[in-house]
Amino acid sequence: MTFEELRRQALIEWEEYRNNQKIRVTIGAATCGRASGALTVAEAIRQKIAELKIDALVTEVGCIGTCYAEPVVSIAKPGFPEIYYGGLTPDKAISLIEDFLIKNNPRPDIALGSLGDQVVPGIPALFDIPMLKPQVRIILRNCGFIDPENINHYIANGGYSGFNRALKMKPEEVIEEVKRSGLRGRGGAGFPTYLKWELCRKETAQEKYIICNADEGDPGAFMNRSLLEGDPHSVLEGMLIGAYAIGAKKGFIYCRAEKPLAIERLKVALKAAKEKGLIGNNILGSGFNLEIELREGAGAFVCGEETALIASIEGKRGMPTPRPPFPAQAGLWGKPTNINNVETWANVAAILQRGSEWFAQYGSEKSKGTKTFALAGKIKRTGLIEVPFGISLRQIIYEIGGGILNDKKFKAVQTGGPSGGCIPEKHLDEPVDYESLAKLGSIVGSGGMVVMDEDTCMVDVARFFMSFIQSESCGKCVPCRMGTKQMLDILNRITGGNGIPQDIDLLLSLSEGIKAGSLCGLGQTAPNPVITTLRYFRDEYEAHINLKRCPAHLCKDLINYVILPEKCQGCGICLRNCPVSAITGGKRLVHVIDQAKCIKCGTCEDVCPPRFKAVTKISGEKIELPEKPIPVTASSSQKNTADNSEK
Amino acid sequence: MENVHLTINGREVSVKKGSTVLEAAREAGIYIPTLCYFPDLKPYGGCRVCVVEIEGMRGLPTSCTTVATEGMKVYTETEAVNKVRRTVVELLIADHPADCLTCPADQKCELQKVAAYLGITEIRLPRKQPEYQVDESNPFFYLDRNKCILCARCTRACNEITCVGAIDMANRGYRMKVATFGDTPLFDSICRSCGECVARCPVGALVPKAHMPPAAEIETVCPYCGVGCSMFLGVRGERIVSVRGNPEGPANKGMLCVKGRYGIAEFVHHPERLTAPLIRKNGQFEQVSWEEALDVIAERLGKFKPDEVAVISSAKCTNEENYVIQKFARAVLGTNNIDHCARLCHAPSVAGLAMTFGSGAMTNSIEDIGQGACILAIGTNTTATHPVIGMTVKQAIRRGTKLIVVNPREIDLCRDADIWLRLKPGTDVALLMGMMNIIYAEKLYDENFINSRTENFDEFVRSLKEFPLEKVSEITGVNVEDIVRAARMYASSRPASILYAMGITQHSHGTDNVIATSNLALLTGNIGKPGSGVNPLRGQNNVQGACDMGALPGVFTGYQAVDNPEIRKKFEDAWGCKLNPRPGMVLPDIMEAAHRGEIRSIFLLVGENPLLSEPTLKHVEDALKKLDFLVVQDIFLTETARFAHVVLPAASFAEKDGTFTNTERRVQLVRKAVPPPGQAKADWEIICAIARKMGKSGFDYRNPREIMEEIACLTPSYAGITYERLEKGGIQWPCPTLSHPGTPILHTMQFNRGKGRFIPLSYKPPMETPDEEYPLILTTERSLFHYHTGTMSRKVQGLNKFRSEELVEINPEDAENLGIDDGDLVKITSRRGTITARAKVTEVSPRGIVSMTFHFAESPTNAITSMYLDPVAKIPELKVSAVRIEKVV
Repeated sequence: MTFEELRRQALIEWEEYRNNQKIRVTIGAATCGRASGALTVAEAIRQKIAELKIDALVTEVGCIGTCYAEPVVSIAKPGFPEIYYGGLTPDKAISLIEDFLIKNNPRPDIALGSLGDQVVPGIPALFDIPMLKPQVRIILRNCGFIDPENINHYIANGGYSGFNRALKMKPEEVIEEVKRSGLRGRGGAGFPTYLKWELCRKETAQEKYIICNADEGDPGAFMNRSLLEGDPHSVLEGMLIGAYAIGAKKGFIYCRAEKPLAIERLKVALKAAKEKGLIGNNILGSGFNLEIELREGAGAFVCGEETALIASIEGKRGMPTPRPPFPAQAGLWGKPTNINNVETWANVAAILQRGSEWFAQYGSEKSKGTKTFALAGKIKRTGLIEVPFGISLRQIIYEIGGGILNDKKFKAVQTGGPSGGCIPEKHLDEPVDYESLAKLGSIVGSGGMVVMDEDTCMVDVARFFMSFIQSESCGKCVPCRMGTKQMLDILNRITGGNGIPQDIDLLLSLSEGIKAGSLCGLGQTAPNPVITTLRYFRDEYEAHINLKRCPAHLCKDLINYVILPEKCQGCGICLRNCPVSAITGGKRLVHVIDQAKCIKCGTCEDVCPPRFKAVTKISGEKIELPEKPIPVTASSSQKNTADNSEK
Repeated sequence: MENVHLTINGREVSVKKGSTVLEAAREAGIYIPTLCYFPDLKPYGGCRVCVVEIEGMRGLPTSCTTVATEGMKVYTETEAVNKVRRTVVELLIADHPADCLTCPADQKCELQKVAAYLGITEIRLPRKQPEYQVDESNPFFYLDRNKCILCARCTRACNEITCVGAIDMANRGYRMKVATFGDTPLFDSICRSCGECVARCPVGALVPKAHMPPAAEIETVCPYCGVGCSMFLGVRGERIVSVRGNPEGPANKGMLCVKGRYGIAEFVHHPERLTAPLIRKNGQFEQVSWEEALDVIAERLGKFKPDEVAVISSAKCTNEENYVIQKFARAVLGTNNIDHCARLCHAPSVAGLAMTFGSGAMTNSIEDIGQGACILAIGTNTTATHPVIGMTVKQAIRRGTKLIVVNPREIDLCRDADIWLRLKPGTDVALLMGMMNIIYAEKLYDENFINSRTENFDEFVRSLKEFPLEKVSEITGVNVEDIVRAARMYASSRPASILYAMGITQHSHGTDNVIATSNLALLTGNIGKPGSGVNPLRGQNNVQGACDMGALPGVFTGYQAVDNPEIRKKFEDAWGCKLNPRPGMVLPDIMEAAHRGEIRSIFLLVGENPLLSEPTLKHVEDALKKLDFLVVQDIFLTETARFAHVVLPAASFAEKDGTFTNTERRVQLVRKAVPPPGQAKADWEIICAIARKMGKSGFDYRNPREIMEEIACLTPSYAGITYERLEKGGIQWPCPTLSHPGTPILHTMQFNRGKGRFIPLSYKPPMETPDEEYPLILTTERSLFHYHTGTMSRKVQGLNKFRSEELVEINPEDAENLGIDDGDLVKITSRRGTITARAKVTEVSPRGIVSMTFHFAESPTNAITSMYLDPVAKIPELKVSAVRIEKVV
C-alpha cells in the first residue's frame, strides 16, 4: 500500500472520529491521570452514559500536561466546541455528564478551556489559559488529543509523512535536514544530533543498529513516559527516519519495566505499524527494511547511560564501558550504533514532517526548537510543559507555573535531575538553553524542573540527590562508587548537625576528582547538585556546620519544635495529638514540648489552630521558653483578642 | 605489521598498530600506574588510575582502553591527571585495612606501589571498619573482601580466561562485591579452584593459604597431565613453597589448574615418600642400603632369559629415563618386552594414525586449537582431564568458534556446545561414518585436498554405504537431524579441528575409532593448517615422550621398528651389542604371560600402578604374585609396590633434571628444584647404576643432558634438540637439524607416509553389551581434582576435600527403579567381580549408563571393567562393560 493510500484511509477514520454530529468524551488516562484517579472517573462516566442510554464515544487518551488539574476530561457535544474539564472526581464527572449532556449546561465552573473558534461564555480558549499559552507544543501536540492506540489518528494528523518524505531523499540529505534544523540531543547532553548520525553513517559495516533510549531514570521525570503513553508513533517515526539515514536495519527501544503503560502502548504501536507495513521489509516499496524490538530495563538509573544500556541489551550487567570507542563506531555487539532519546526521535519526526526551517524558527541561536519539562515541586500549576528554548525561567515558573505554592518565597529551581544544579532567584531571567544553564552550573538535562521555596533546605537537596546517586551507582569505577559515598556521608553528617569546617573543602575536592575521574556521565555529573548549592547557597552549608542551624527549618537533627508562650492559649489540641506524649500542659496553661521525647513529626504544628499559630520551629536560635507549663498570661490573651479584632 | 607513532610526554614512541596507549607507554618504559589492568584480560577502565590527557580528546581517557593512533599527543603527569589518581587512591586507602606489615601481599601489593608512586601521605577521609567475614571455605586460598578494591581482575579471569563464571560482581554501587551465585561460600559454588583469580589479585584479597614468598623460582613443567603447563616452583631451602604459572609457557600461557597450582608441594614433601631401598625379607619390607639393593637386583635379574623378563616403563618419567630404561631392557636384559601405560590410553592413536598419516601424534598445537572455526570434541571431557586445554577451547568459543560435543555423558563442555550428540557408548564409528556420509552426499568435502593429498578414497566411499542415516541413528541413539547439523557444521566451518581422548581409544575397536576421525579430517581437508587437525589429547605428562623414546615392544626411539635390520644395526652399533630382532609383548600380554608363569620377572618404573590402572585387576594381582622377582621403583609405596621383592625410592619430577614431551609434541625442560628426600635417586641414575653393576658399558652418563645428546644422535625427529635450544619454550618435534625451529603443525605439505590414507570401516559393537543379568553399561570418567590412580593427587588434603571417594554416577530414573537414593552405598558387579562405591544420582549420566572414575584404590574400578582388547593396539575396552547395581543393605 502506498503512503497516500494509508493517509487517505486514516483521514476517513479521523474525520469519522471527529464527526461533530456525535458526542465524544476523552479521558486523560496516562499514568499521571491514573494516579489522580482517572480510571475511576472513566468508569463513572461510562456507567453514567450507559445508564442514560447516551450514544457517545469514550476514548482514553494521553496527557495534555496540566498535571495540577488531573483528572482531565474533554467532552465534544454537537453545537458546542470541545471543552476540557479539570480536577474531576467520579461524583463531579457524573454531575458533569448530567449537566452538560442532558441539561446542556457546559459547566464553566469546572472547565479548563475549549478548542476551536466557537466561544462559550465563561470558558476561555484552552490554549489561552495561563499554563498553556506560553507553551509551544510540538512534541506533545498529539498528547491528550488522539487515541494513542490508534495509528490512523496519528497518520491523519501528519504522522509518518516525515518518514515518507525522508524515503524519497538520500540518507545524506536527511542528515543535512536534521543538521539545518539545529536539533540537539534531548536526552541531556545536547550533542548535535546530525553529527552523531554522520559518524554512524560513515561506518562501512553492514550491520548497524538504532536505539531509542526510553529508560528515563531521573527521579520525578516523566517527559518521555508521557510522550510514549500519549503519542508513541511519533517516536517510531523518528526511529524509522534515523535508521534510514544511518543505514540500520534493526532497532531497539529500551524502556524500563517500571513504565508498564508506556510499554503497553509501544507494543500496540509496534504491532499496528507492522500491520500497516511501516515496519518490516521493503517499507512503502522503498527497499528499506527495519525491524524494531522492544527491550525492558529493570529500573537501573545507570542503564540510561548509552554504553550501559547497550550492555543491558546484550544481556550483560548494565555497566558502562569507556569511550572511545564510541557507540557510533562500535556499539551494540561491536557494531556501529546510534542511540537517541525518546524526545529527540519525536523531534526528528516533526522536523521531517514540517521542515528544518520551520523547526529552527523556535528556540535560541544555539539551542533550536522546544523542550519538554516536568514542572514540579512547590509550584501552583505542576505539569508537563513544552517551551521554546530561550524562554526565561521566570516566565516558566510564574506565568506557566502560576508562582510558588501557597505564595511562599521562591528559593531555587533545580534543573537536570541528579546531574543538574540549583539556580537561585538572581538568575531567573536567564534564558533556558544549553549554554546558558551550563554557565550557571546546571544542565538542561532530560527536562526535570523542580521548584523550591523557603522551606527547602538546599543542603538537604544536595544530600537527597547524592543519596539517589549512591543507590544507582553501578560500582564499576572508584571515583563514583566510593567518592559519592564519602560525599553522602559528609552531607549526612552536616545535615545531622555533625559537620566540621573542613567538610566544605573536602566536598569540593572530592567533587573535582569525581567529576574528572568517573567513567560515565552518572559519576561525572553526580557532584553537580553539591557544587551548585555550594556556589549559590554556601551560607546554608555554613549555617549547618558552624551554627548547627538549618535556615529552612527542615533538617530534623537541627530543628526543635517549640510552643511560643506568648501565643499559646492552652487549648490542649497539640497535647492530645502528640503521638509520643511529649507535650505537657493543662487548660489555660502554656504547653511545653519535652525536647528529649519529641520525634519532630510536626503534628503539633499542623493541629495548632491557625488563629493561634503557637507552634513554631527554631533552628540554632535561642529563645526563652518555660521549663514547665505556666499560666497563659493575661497580656498574651489580650494580645490575642487584639489580633482577633483586627481580622 | 604496521606501526603507529605517537608522543608521550614529548617523547616519540612507536608501537604496533592496535596497541593501547598504556601498552605503548610500557613498551617505551614510561610508567603509568594501573590497578585494574592485567595483560591478558580485556581492558576494564574501572580503577581510573591510568587516566591520561590526550590532545584533542575530551576529559581524561583511560590509557588502558584507548587505542594509540598516529600523531597522538599523550601527557601522563598533568595536574588534572594526578588529581584523579590521588582522589582514587585516597578513596581506596580510606576503605582499606591498614595492616600492610602483616598482610600476605606486603611488598607485592599493587595498591602500595601506586600509593607510593603518588606520594600519598595523608588520608583526609574517615577509615572504614572491616565488615566482611573472610571466606576460608576453599582449601587452597581465601577471599578477604575487606581488602578487595573491586578491580574485577578475578571475576574477569573467571569469565574470560577459565570461562567458568563461578564469581562475578554482585550488588550495585558501594555494596558491590565479588560473589558466587547465590552468594554461597566459594567451596559450595561451581568454582574449580584453579586459582587464576588468585594469581591476578593485586592486593591481599585473594591469597593462597599455603604459600610463602620463595627464595628462588625454578622453571619446570607440571607432572600431572599431557598439557605440559610451564610453571615456576618457588623454593625456600629444600622445600617447594609456591607454584606460579609461566606466562611465557607456550602450552598454557600462564594458566594452571587446581592440581598444578595447588597439588604439588604436598605430594613432593609427603611424609610417606620412599626414602630408602626396601627388600622383602620374611614377608616384611626391610630398609637396606643401595649397595645391597643393587647387588640383589643385578644378581637376580642377570639370571633370567630374555623371554622371561619384562620391563614396564613409566609415562611419568622423563624422556631421558625412558630412553635409558628401554636401552637397559634391550641392551642389558636382551628383551623387547617393554611397554607402558600408553597401552591403556593412546595406543590406538599411535597405531591408527600411523596407518592413515604415517605418524601417530597430535597434528596441531594447543595454541592453534583456538584459531579454528569449529572444534569437534569427541570422547574427551576436556575441562576435567586437560583443564588448561578446556580453558583454551572455551576462550575460542567466546571468540566465535563453534563447538560440537560428542559424549554420552553431559560433560561441562556441553553447556557451551552448539551441538551435543549424546551417543551410546561404543558407537563412534557409526556416528562418524554417518556424518561422513552426509558430507559426501552434500558435496561438502574438500575435493582439491582429496585429489592431491590422499589415496584410497574410492574404497572408503564404498564403505560409507553401510552407514545410512536411519541405521546410524538407530545404532547411536542420536537424531538424524542432529547428525546432519553436526556434519554440516564441521564440514562448512573451516578450518575445523578434532579433539579426542579416551572416549575414542578405550574401546575394543579403538583403533577403528581413531581411523574414523582421521577419515573425517582427510575428507574435509582439515589437516596441515592452523585451527585444524586430528588431536589426540595425551594423558600423562610424558606419555608422548615415553612413546617417542621407544618404551614400546615393537620400536626403538622415534618409532623405528626393532625388526627392521637397518634400524637395528644402527642401534647395535651405537650401543655396542647385539639386539633382539623380535618385537616384544604388549602390557596385557605381559600380564597374561606372567599369569602363565612364562614371564618370571618384571622391572617396573615410577608412576605405573597397574594394580589400579590395568583391567581385570584380580588377574593382574595374581600375575604379579606369581612373579619370581618383581622390582618396583616409585616415589610412594603404591598398591603395586606392595607386591615387589625390591622397592627402590625414586625422585619426583621436582628433584631431577630431564625433559617431558607434552601432547603437542613439545619437548620441554624439567629442572631440579629441590633435593630428593632421604636416599631417593633419579630413575635414570638408578637404572644406570644397575646396568653398571651388571657389568654393562654405555650407562656412564654424567647428566641427563648427555642422555639427550645420545637420543638426538639416534632419533631423526629429535636430532636437532639440545638442552641449549630447549631453554626458551621447548621445541616441537620433528626437529631434524640443529637449525630447524621445530614443527608446530604436522603434514602441512605432505604426510609422513606421503599421502593420507582413507581406510574403509565397518561398525563393530562393543564386546560386552547389557543383558538381563548385567543390564547397565559401566563407563569410566575423570574427576578434575584427582589424577589417574591418585598416587600423587590423593596425597593432597585440599584435593581430597573436593573429592574424597569413588562415586558411581547413576541416572535418576535408573536409580529410582533400583530403589537407590543419592549417597547410598551400592555394589557394582560385572562378570569380573564386584566393588562397592557411593551412588551419586545425576542426570549427567544418561539412562542405562553408570560411570565411575579409577582414582580410588578402595573402589578399584578396573577390577570389574571389560578385558576385551582392540586387536591392533591391544587396548582394553575400559569404556564399555556390562554391570548390575544393587544397594548395599
